[in-house]
Amino acid sequence: MDYLYYPGCSIKESGIAYEESLTAIMDVLNTPLQELEDWNCCGATTCISVESDEAIALASRNLALAEKQSNSKGTVDLVTPCNACYLTLMRATHYLSERQDIAGKVLPALDKQGLHCDNRVRIRHPLDVLVNDVGVKAISDHVRRKLTGLKVACYYGCQMVRPYATFDDPHRPTSMDQVMKALGAQTIDWSLKTKCCGAALGSLLPDIVEQLCHDILREAEKRGAEVVVTGCPLCHFNLESNQSAIRKRHPDFKTIPVAYFSQIMGLGFDLPPKKLGIQRLFIPLPASLTAGAGKGGEYVTA
Amino acid sequence: MLLRDEFSKNGDIRIGVYVCDCGTNIAGKVRVPEVVEYAGTLPHVVVAKEYKYMCSDPGQDMIRREIKEQKLNRLLVAACSPHVHEETFRNVAAQAGLNPFLFQMVNIRELVSWVTKDPDKATAKAKDMIRAAANRVLFHEELEPLKYHIKRNVVIVGGGIAGIHAALLLADSGEHVYLVERESSIGGHMAMFDKTFPTLDCAACILTPKMTMVKSHPNITIMSYSEVVEVNGFVGDFKVKVRKKPRYVDEENCVGCFECIDACVFKDARYPNEFDFGLGKRKPIYMPFPQAVPPVPVIDADTCIEFKTGKCPKECLKACGERAGIDFAQKEEIVELEVGSIIVATGFDSFDPKKMPQYGYGIYSNVYTSLEAERLFNASGPTAGELVLRDGSKPKSVGIIHCVGSRDENHNRWCSRVCCMYSMKLAHLVKERTNADVFNFYIDIRAAGKGYEEFYNRTMEEGVQYIRGKVAEVTDNAQTKDEEGKLVIRVEDTLLGMIRRIPVDMVILSVGLEPQHDALEVTKMFNISCSGGGWFMERHPKLAPVSTMSGGVFLAGACQAPKDIPDTVAQAGAAASEALALSHKGVIEVEPNTAFIDETLCSGCQVCVGLCPYSAISYDQEKKISILNQALCQGCGVCAGACPSGAAQQHLFNDSQLMAEIEGALAGVL
Repeated sequence: MDYLYYPGCSIKESGIAYEESLTAIMDVLNTPLQELEDWNCCGATTCISVESDEAIALASRNLALAEKQSNSKGTVDLVTPCNACYLTLMRATHYLSERQDIAGKVLPALDKQGLHCDNRVRIRHPLDVLVNDVGVKAISDHVRRKLTGLKVACYYGCQMVRPYATFDDPHRPTSMDQVMKALGAQTIDWSLKTKCCGAALGSLLPDIVEQLCHDILREAEKRGAEVVVTGCPLCHFNLESNQSAIRKRHPDFKTIPVAYFSQIMGLGFDLPPKKLGIQRLFIPLPASLTAGAGKGGEYVTA
Repeated sequence: MLLRDEFSKNGDIRIGVYVCDCGTNIAGKVRVPEVVEYAGTLPHVVVAKEYKYMCSDPGQDMIRREIKEQKLNRLLVAACSPHVHEETFRNVAAQAGLNPFLFQMVNIRELVSWVTKDPDKATAKAKDMIRAAANRVLFHEELEPLKYHIKRNVVIVGGGIAGIHAALLLADSGEHVYLVERESSIGGHMAMFDKTFPTLDCAACILTPKMTMVKSHPNITIMSYSEVVEVNGFVGDFKVKVRKKPRYVDEENCVGCFECIDACVFKDARYPNEFDFGLGKRKPIYMPFPQAVPPVPVIDADTCIEFKTGKCPKECLKACGERAGIDFAQKEEIVELEVGSIIVATGFDSFDPKKMPQYGYGIYSNVYTSLEAERLFNASGPTAGELVLRDGSKPKSVGIIHCVGSRDENHNRWCSRVCCMYSMKLAHLVKERTNADVFNFYIDIRAAGKGYEEFYNRTMEEGVQYIRGKVAEVTDNAQTKDEEGKLVIRVEDTLLGMIRRIPVDMVILSVGLEPQHDALEVTKMFNISCSGGGWFMERHPKLAPVSTMSGGVFLAGACQAPKDIPDTVAQAGAAASEALALSHKGVIEVEPNTAFIDETLCSGCQVCVGLCPYSAISYDQEKKISILNQALCQGCGVCAGACPSGAAQQHLFNDSQLMAEIEGALAGVL
C-alpha cells in the first residue's frame, strides 16, 4: 500500500524528532511514507476560527495535490502525524463532500490553479495505519529489544479522536496502548487520555495551559508511568516545555519525560537513539530505556 | 374523449361543494371565496358554499338542508384530513337521505394550507384538488358498509402495570383477556421499584395485590414467557399467534412450593439474576423475584447442567416427585387466539449509558444506573434494601445525574418525563437509608404533576442539594486530597457561573426511556405506526390518544411515549374502555372497500390468486374464472392493480373513479 505523507509545519521545526523517529520505524516496517510535494500549511485551528471558506480552501489544496500526486485511481491515503493537521484535513474532506455551499466556492478556486479534488483522499493518522494496516502482530515481530516492565501513559490528545472518531473510541481510545503493548511495555489505565492539553492557547493564556498540562502529567506520574507517550507535536510541546513553569507553581510536582510513540517504538526496534531524535528531548528518558539502545543491548527495567 | 364528457351524457348528476375556512387554518392561506367561485363553474356543480367551520352544527345543518332543497346526489367537502372529519360528513349525508359513499372529502388543510407558503400556489392547488374530486364523484356508486360480528375476547400484549390494569378492568366487565408477557413473570418495570413518587407508596404493596388478582381472575388467562409472533384478521376478528417458550416447569402441575429451587445441585445461587441486572444471583432453576406471578419457577437451559451435559442427578425432579411439575421435555408451543381487539402495552427500554463513556458506566464500578439503584433499595432485592458500594460499605456521598441519554442531540432528543421525579425519589431514599450527602445534577427540574413540586421541595428540605448543569464527566482523576479514591463529577454550575468538581462515593445515572429494542418489529406485526423516536403512534395526539390507525388495536403505557405510573394507569383505563366500547357495540361496520371480480371480464389467468396476501381469491375449475371471498378480502387492492383484463376491481377505488380523478387533477395541463 502506498502512503502519501503530509508532515505539517510543526513537525519540520519543534517536532522534528517525531518525523525522524516516524520515518525510521516506518522504514523498519516496510511501510515507507512518500512526502507530498509542494504542500502548504493546513491552516490549523486558528485559520478556521477567523474565516471558514479560505481555511477550507487552504487545507483542500493539499487534498488536491495528493490526488494529483498519487498513482491510485481510487482512494488516496494521506498520512499526517499531527493531531491538528489530522482534524483540519479531515474537516476539509468532510466539508467538500457534505457542504455544497462551501464546496461550491472552494472547488472553483482550486480549479483556477489547475487543481482538482474528487473526494478521494482518506486522512490517516500513523496510529491508524499501524494498528489497522500494519497490524499489532507485525509490530511485535520487529521488536528486537523488548520493553518488558516499562510503564507508559498513552496520551492521545483530543483532536485525534474528536470529533471525527474514525479509527478509535472518542473517549477511551486504545490504538496507542495496543502499539505500546506490542513492544512489551505496560500501559497505565487512566481517564485523561483525551483531556485537552491546551493546544495553541499556550501563546495566549499560558496559565490555563500550564494547569491543564499539570493535571495530565501529575495523573500519569501518580499512576506510576515512567514516560508519557504522545502522538502529536503540539501536545508534546505543551506537555514537555511547560514542566519548569509548572514546578514553580507546584513545588511538589515531579518532572516526567514526554516522548513520541514512534521514539518508543524505535527503542523497541533497537534503532540508534540519534536516529530517533532522542537527544532532542528536554527531559531525558529514563537511563534504563536509552542505555545500550541501538547496540543490541537488552532492556532492563529500572 | 374524456371520461367526464362520456359520463355527462347519461344521468342527472347534482354536486354540492362545501369549502371550509377552518377559522384561519385554511382561509389564512387559501383564498376560499375564489375557490368557491371556481367550484361553482365546474360541470354538474349546482351549489358551492364557503363556511367558517363546516364541521360545526350550523355548517352541518346547512349541508343537510341543501342536500334536500337542491336535490343534491353528490356531496363534496373541502376541509381537513379524512382522518379527522370524513365520518362526520358521511353521517351528514346519511341523515339527509344521501348514501354516504356518494360523498368525497378533499383535504385542503394538511395537504394544502398547512404545507404551502405561497397563497397563489395554495389557492391553485385547492382548485385542482376540488376539480379532481368533482370529476371522481361522477363515478361514485351507492354502497353499503360491511358488517361484522365482534369477538368479545381481548389480547393484551405486555404484562406491566399498563397491561395488568387494563386486563383487570376488562375481565371485571365480563370480557375474556389473554395477557401475554415475554418474561417469566408479569409485573414489568414497576415490580423492580421499591417506592413510587411522590407519595412514596411501596411499589410492591400496590402492585403485587393486582398481580395476584390477575392470576386468580376467572376471565384472565396469563400467558407468561410467551410472545406474539403473528397477527392476522381485522377489527373484531383478529387471529393472534402466540409462541409459548418452554420454561421446563409445568404451570398446571406446579404448586409453587419452590422445593425444586432448594433442591438444585447448585447449593449457592451463582448466575447473575437478569431481574436485578446481575447485582443479585440466581440458580439455573429460579424465580426472578419472590412475588413473581405466575408463582412458577423457570429453568434456564443455558445454565442448567441437565441441558448442558445430560448428566445432572436432577435433584429438582426428585424433590418435586409426584407433583410432576418439572418437565425437561417441554417444547415450544404455538397457540392461536381469536380476539376482537388488541391492547399493545409493551412498555419501554432504558437508555444504555455505555453509549456515554464520559459518565464512566462499566468503567468505574460504583457508577450505577437508576434501575440498578432501584433494585438495591428494594427490600426483596439483592441487598435486602441496603444501598451499598461494590465493597459492601455504605456511601457517604452520592451524585445523581439527570437526563442521561435524554434531551441530548447525540442520543435521544426527548425528555423522558419520569427521570426528574424518580431522581428525587432516589435522593430521598439515599438520605433515608444512608444519610449520605446527595447531589442532584439537573438541566431543568420538571415536576409537573399532582404533588410533584411539593415532593421536590420536601427533598430540598431533607438536605438534598440540587446543582444546575449538564455533567461533563465522571472521572477518577483526583486533583486534591479530598478527591483521592472518589469519583469526581465535573460540571458547570450554571447558577454559580463556575466549573465545579464534586467528589462522591457513588454515582447514579438517571437513564432515560426509549422504545423497546424490537419496537419496529412490533409495529409491523400489529400494523401500527411510529412517531418520532420510535414510540408507537396514537390515532390523534389529543382526541384519540389510545387508538391507532389500525381499528381494534389500542395503546397503553410507555410504549406510546415516556410516562409515569399514574399516567400509564390512566391510559390503560382508557384503552380498556375503548376495547369495551367496541365489543359492546357487538357489530362493526367496515369500510366497503373490498374488491370484486367481474365474471364477464375474467379470463381465468389466475394472476390474482397467487398475489392475494389474504388467500381471499380462489379459482373456480368449472367456470374457469377467479372467485373472490368478500369476507376475507382486506381491500389492499393488489388484485385490482394486477388484473390484466380489468375484471378485478375495488369498491371506492375502481378504474373509472381513479381515471376520472386523474383526469380532473391534470385538466389544467391536458
